[in-house]
Amino acid sequence: MSATQSPQTLAEKVWNAHVVRRGTGEGEARQPDLIYIDLHLLHEVTSPQAFEGLRLAGRQLRRPDQTIATEDHNTPTLDIDKPIADLTSRTQINTLRENCKEFGVRLHSLGDKEQGIVHVVGPQLGLTQPGMTVVCGDSHTSTHGAFGALAFGIGTSEVEHVMATQSLSLKPFKTMAINVEGTLKPGVTAKDIILAVIAKIGTGGGQGYVLEYRGSAIRALSMDARMTICNMSIEAGARAGMIAPDQTTFDYVNGRPHAPQGQDWDAAVEEWKQLHSDEGAQFDAEVFLDADELEPFVTWGTNPGQGVSLSASVPTPEDFEDENDRKACERALEYMGLTGGTPMKEIRVDTVFLGSCTNSRMEDLRAAAAVIKGKEKDPDVRMIVVPGSARVRLEAEAEGLDQIFKDFGAEWRFAGCSMCLGMNPDQLSEGERCASTSNRNFEGRQGKGGRTHLVSPLVAAATAIRGTLSSPSDLVNTSVAV
Amino acid sequence: MEKIVSHTGIGVPLRQSNVDTDQIIPAVYLKRITRTGFEDALFAGWRRDENFILNQEPFNAGSVLVAGPDFGTGSSREHAVWALKDYGFKAVISARFADIFRGNSGKQGLVAAEVAQSDIELIWKELENNPGTEVTVDLDSRTVQCGSISAPFQIDDYTRWRLMEGLDDIGLTLQHEGDITEFEAARPSHKPKTLPARFAD
Repeated sequence: MSATQSPQTLAEKVWNAHVVRRGTGEGEARQPDLIYIDLHLLHEVTSPQAFEGLRLAGRQLRRPDQTIATEDHNTPTLDIDKPIADLTSRTQINTLRENCKEFGVRLHSLGDKEQGIVHVVGPQLGLTQPGMTVVCGDSHTSTHGAFGALAFGIGTSEVEHVMATQSLSLKPFKTMAINVEGTLKPGVTAKDIILAVIAKIGTGGGQGYVLEYRGSAIRALSMDARMTICNMSIEAGARAGMIAPDQTTFDYVNGRPHAPQGQDWDAAVEEWKQLHSDEGAQFDAEVFLDADELEPFVTWGTNPGQGVSLSASVPTPEDFEDENDRKACERALEYMGLTGGTPMKEIRVDTVFLGSCTNSRMEDLRAAAAVIKGKEKDPDVRMIVVPGSARVRLEAEAEGLDQIFKDFGAEWRFAGCSMCLGMNPDQLSEGERCASTSNRNFEGRQGKGGRTHLVSPLVAAATAIRGTLSSPSDLVNTSVAV
Repeated sequence: MEKIVSHTGIGVPLRQSNVDTDQIIPAVYLKRITRTGFEDALFAGWRRDENFILNQEPFNAGSVLVAGPDFGTGSSREHAVWALKDYGFKAVISARFADIFRGNSGKQGLVAAEVAQSDIELIWKELENNPGTEVTVDLDSRTVQCGSISAPFQIDDYTRWRLMEGLDDIGLTLQHEGDITEFEAARPSHKPKTLPARFAD
């Protein structure tokens, strides 16, 4: 990079460092760039057809040493030592095992210490590092952007393309800065930031963009919290979200199994320190959010943009000017079984789900455990806790968090995607209402007819105590009143 | 991939925004390991409602879906495109597509045509007033034709070219395999490798 080069954004720096071949042409007619992929993550759902494609074409997996697989979407969270009861799930898992064996891919299977949700496993092994390009046949690959990596979800055709070529043909993304300045109030978390961002720019607001989260409120966040934010970039329509790496990032990576060592570490950190948007770099769009103003945020509807502050009420269709939004509101209220004007805090839930690639890391479990410790669960609420990985589960048990959850009456499960999308037996039943720390409140996402409210781990924990959507501050009020 | 230059078929009005991929194909159908046979899975939840548009003639024989904005949001599942194709859809028209869905469509020969919402409103009315009206999606002229309505659509040049030529992406990239090998040789040594596996304990 010469001194005269124009200022670049973080996303542009990572992009430019991975161009194998520039697309020819200008403007709209420009062909895509061929971008090199540093790390390819695989799981059982979106890979079988890609492996089959390779086989049919007689192609090799180009870089087994930059590929890693885990079992997460289908895996049961109970009785993991027994054969998987659902035959189609079992077949899909077995297919992954056979494919990994045939193509020489490292696989962490159910029962293995490193098994877990693919987006929890990569960072925890130290395989996700600043400045990398990371892809996976899963839209929540945006999670890895928390390290200053360019990470995004791809479809199965692209999975096959990366398997065969370790690269992807891509048109450059536009860039959007999400500036979050200020200090979060106690009880307000990364989850509330991202839910507020999505409500602000909409589920399509980020389409075509890489989001870069910036500002003092972002800098102050831990890596676990940064991953929560980048994870849900896709819910704003953005394929990727990024945060510039800093000392917090380096400290997280340092010492992990696949972190660079010795001289490599020093060289890596020198390089990583350059990974920030330059002074004067131009973003195609900018959004500003005041961290001081934020409150716990929850969704009322059937897409992640349909959210409000926990202290607000369910909107009515008349609150929306646009006809399509009004209709979407009507439909969502009907599906969710809600009446406009109802205070969010009066909504009673049946289930609390603490888990998913959004909120299943140590910090999430610790935060929820701190709220429920010594408290009683609402007897009519079931709470399921699913650590993001087997490693997280072990760490939590070493800290005694499992006992806190069990004493409270919550179910302490084995790692996986679980009730986030209900591909395994963990599903909501028709009409069942859930406060969920996951990422999607789509119709039927957690089970046919299930009703989802997206919440932070703190809100999930407080809700399990009170039985209605609540934040930890509501618990303080309760005890004062009593 | 089969070449597609122009397609004409019955238009299906789907007056709904934010049609996410969980609606297009619920997760329970993603357990299959094949690439075909997903026609039964398309909109499986909504098809249980007998009033759903695809349960009505002549829309059940439709091949051009005309949907509200932000079509294909959410999960990256390419199964959503496979299900639409297996059912018989050749094109989807919307004012805005989710990025991953749009990319997946291009790989599978499903035309994702971006049409202004004002034109979509006109097409919806036409299809509702005259069920069975055919819609033509023409990649060559980048226009959508429905009754007397003619509307331009957006699609990026590269995808359009690949669709019209029916080109295989991997084959195209492997023409530049030498460039990939050269790039790999210059990668810094600190970049992580998954093999040999290292563990915390």
